[in-house]
Amino acid sequence: MSAGTTKLNVTVTDVVAVNELVKRFHFERTDGEYLPTFSGGAHVVVEMRDNDRTRLNPYSLMSSPLNTRDYTISVRRDDSGRGGSLFMHNHVKRGMEMVISYPVNLFSLDLRAKKHLMIAGGIGITPFLAQTAQLAASSGSFELHYTCRTEALGSYTEALRERYGNRVHLYYDDRNERIPLDRLFATQPLGTHIYVCGPEGMIRWVRDTAAQHGWPNEMVHYEHFAAPQPGKPFDVTLALSKKEIRVGEDQSLLEAMEAAGIDPPYLCRGGVCGQCETNVISHDGTFKHNDHWLSKEEHCSGKKIMPCVSRFEGRSLVLER
Amino acid sequence: MGINFRKETFRDDFTFKNSPEQVRRFPFPFNEDAYMYAVNIEPHVPGPKNSVFEHLIDVDEHYVSEMQDRAMVLAEDPLRCQSLPHMTLAGWDLLELLMVEKAKSYPEHFELTREGDRWRWVNRPLGIDDTFTFGDVSTLPYGPMEYITRQSQGDFAVLDQRDGNLWMDAGMVTTQADWSLDFDIGMNFFEWHAPVPLAHEKGIFTRALKFLTNIQQGQPARRLNWTMTINPRLDTSPENFHKWGTDRLTVTPENVGNKVHLRVELQSFWRLPRSNALVFPIRCYLIKMDELVAQPKWARRFHRVLRDLPDELADYKGLTRYRPTVVEWLSKYDDGAPTSPGFSPD
Repeated sequence: MSAGTTKLNVTVTDVVAVNELVKRFHFERTDGEYLPTFSGGAHVVVEMRDNDRTRLNPYSLMSSPLNTRDYTISVRRDDSGRGGSLFMHNHVKRGMEMVISYPVNLFSLDLRAKKHLMIAGGIGITPFLAQTAQLAASSGSFELHYTCRTEALGSYTEALRERYGNRVHLYYDDRNERIPLDRLFATQPLGTHIYVCGPEGMIRWVRDTAAQHGWPNEMVHYEHFAAPQPGKPFDVTLALSKKEIRVGEDQSLLEAMEAAGIDPPYLCRGGVCGQCETNVISHDGTFKHNDHWLSKEEHCSGKKIMPCVSRFEGRSLVLER
Repeated sequence: MGINFRKETFRDDFTFKNSPEQVRRFPFPFNEDAYMYAVNIEPHVPGPKNSVFEHLIDVDEHYVSEMQDRAMVLAEDPLRCQSLPHMTLAGWDLLELLMVEKAKSYPEHFELTREGDRWRWVNRPLGIDDTFTFGDVSTLPYGPMEYITRQSQGDFAVLDQRDGNLWMDAGMVTTQADWSLDFDIGMNFFEWHAPVPLAHEKGIFTRALKFLTNIQQGQPARRLNWTMTINPRLDTSPENFHKWGTDRLTVTPENVGNKVHLRVELQSFWRLPRSNALVFPIRCYLIKMDELVAQPKWARRFHRVLRDLPDELADYKGLTRYRPTVVEWLSKYDDGAPTSPGFSPD
C-alpha cells in the first residue's frame, strides 16, 4: 500500500483487558529496534488482515512519548460498528505480527500554552494519557477532566489519579456527575488552551460553551475521528482508473477503492486531515457527508467527497480517481 | 577516505572556489531551458553517489570555512539566531536529527554515543568533543538549536504548526538570499512569503502549505530554489545590504566569470517528532560562472533561462542591473544546440 505514511513491522507483546469494553494492545518492533519518537496526541493506523479484507483503523497512542520501546493503544469494543474493534478484540493475540503506520499527530499540544485544560469522554482519554505523560516530564501545567459512564467502565482512572493526584477530576454518568464547564471556562488563567476528545456531542458541547464564554477558536483544540458509519451499498465509477466498484454495507468508499487496487492518500481515515479529498465528476443522488474537512458550501456543491467517511445514495456517482 | 575541507573566505578577499569534484556534484536546478515557479517538491530520499543528495544532510568541502563565517556573522549580530520560548523542544528534536544523520553518513568525521539521556558528540572537523544530557539546556554552551546549527551548513527555519498554518518561531539564518529572521520571526507562512511576486495569484502558497502541514515523520521532502550572488558571499542579508548591495554595480564583461555566481538552495522539509514542529534546512550552494560553463549543457541552458526570465522574477531576485551583462557573456557559450532533458551534465 503506497498511501498513508511509512510502515512499521511490529509484534504484539501483550493484550490486556482493561474492563469489559476496552482492551489494551502493546506493540514492539519486530526487528528489536526502538520505535520512532512521537508527540502526545499522535495516532497510528493499524492494519488488520481480516480474511480477504484489509482494515485500516486509526488509534491514538496512549503510552508515554518518553518510552519508545513499545507503543500501546486501547480499543473500545463496538458491537454495532463495522468490525475493526471486534477484530482487535477477538483475533489479535500476543505474539502476532502486525503492520502499523508511523505516528501522525493531528491533535498536537500548543506548546505556547501556559496551562493545558483537557476534557475527555470515555475512550477519548487515550491521547491525553500520552500528553499528560509528556507534560509531566517537562513540568508543564495541566488539568484533566474525565467523564465515564460508570466507575467500572472508566479506563485508567486509578492510574491517572495515582500519577497526577488532584490534577485529575473524574465524573460518572450513572451518578449524574457533569463537568462544570461554565465554571471551568470562566476561571482559567490567561494563556490556557482547551483540548477535548470524546463523542461528537461532547465535542460540540465543549466548543459551543467555550465560544459562549468568549474563548478564541485558536485556543480550543479537538480531536474527532468519526469512525466510518455503515450504510446502504452503492456503486461508483472511478473515471481515471476506469473502474466500476461497489461499496459494501460495512465498507467505506476509501476501503472499496483500496480493495480495487487504487490507493488514494490518507492520514486519519476519519474525515479530518483532508488527504483523501476527491472530486466528483457527476452524480445523480444524495451525498451522506460525514467529514469535518469540507466546508458547508463544499458539501452542498456536490463537487467533492471525503471517501474515508462519506457515502452516497442514488443512481450514479462518477469520481475523479 | 574523508572530505578534504578547504580553507577559504566568503567575504573580504573571497577565496571561495569549488574543486572539480564539487562542480560535478553541484545541484543545477533547471531541468529544461526555461524557468517558472512550480511546486517542485519531491521526496527527500538518498540519491546517487557523489551527488548532494547522496546523504540526507550533506556535508561538503566548504563545511569548516562556512562554520567560521557563521561564527563571524553571529558575533556581529546575535539576532540571526532566535528561538521563541515554546520552541526549545523543537531545538532538541533538530539536534537529534542532525547528530544522528551526520554520524550515520560521515562516521569518519562525526560520532554520537547515547546512553539514555547521556550523549557524547564528537565533531572532528571542528574539534568538538562534548558530553551532555539530552533535554537539559544547562549542559550545553548554547540552546540546542544554536549549538547544533553552529555546526551545520545551511540556514534552518524551525516552524511551529498550529491553526492550520506554519509559524516562523525559531531559526538560524546567516547564509540567506536577502531575507531576515529578525523581521520574519513569529510570522505565518503567508506573511513571510508576502513579498514573492506572481506566486500568490497562482495559488502556489495555498497548495504548498497544504502539502507542508501534512509532511510526516520519516517522509521528508525537498525542493530546489535559486538566485544569483555577486562575489561568493554567504551572508547576503537585509541587515548587511549596505555591505553587498553595491557589489551588483561592479559586474563588467571582464569579471563575470569569477564574480557572478549561481546560488542554489536545497530546501528540505522534515517533521520533528517530539514537538510536532517542522524544520526547513535551507542549504546554499554557490558556483562561479567560470565553473558553470565548464559543463556545456549547463552553459547553454542557463543562458536561455536567464535571457527569458520574466522581469518580475528578475527584479525580485535582484538580478536586473547585471542581467544583460551576464546574458551577453553566457551567449558566447550557447551555440543554439538542443539540450538534453533533466538536470545532469551531458
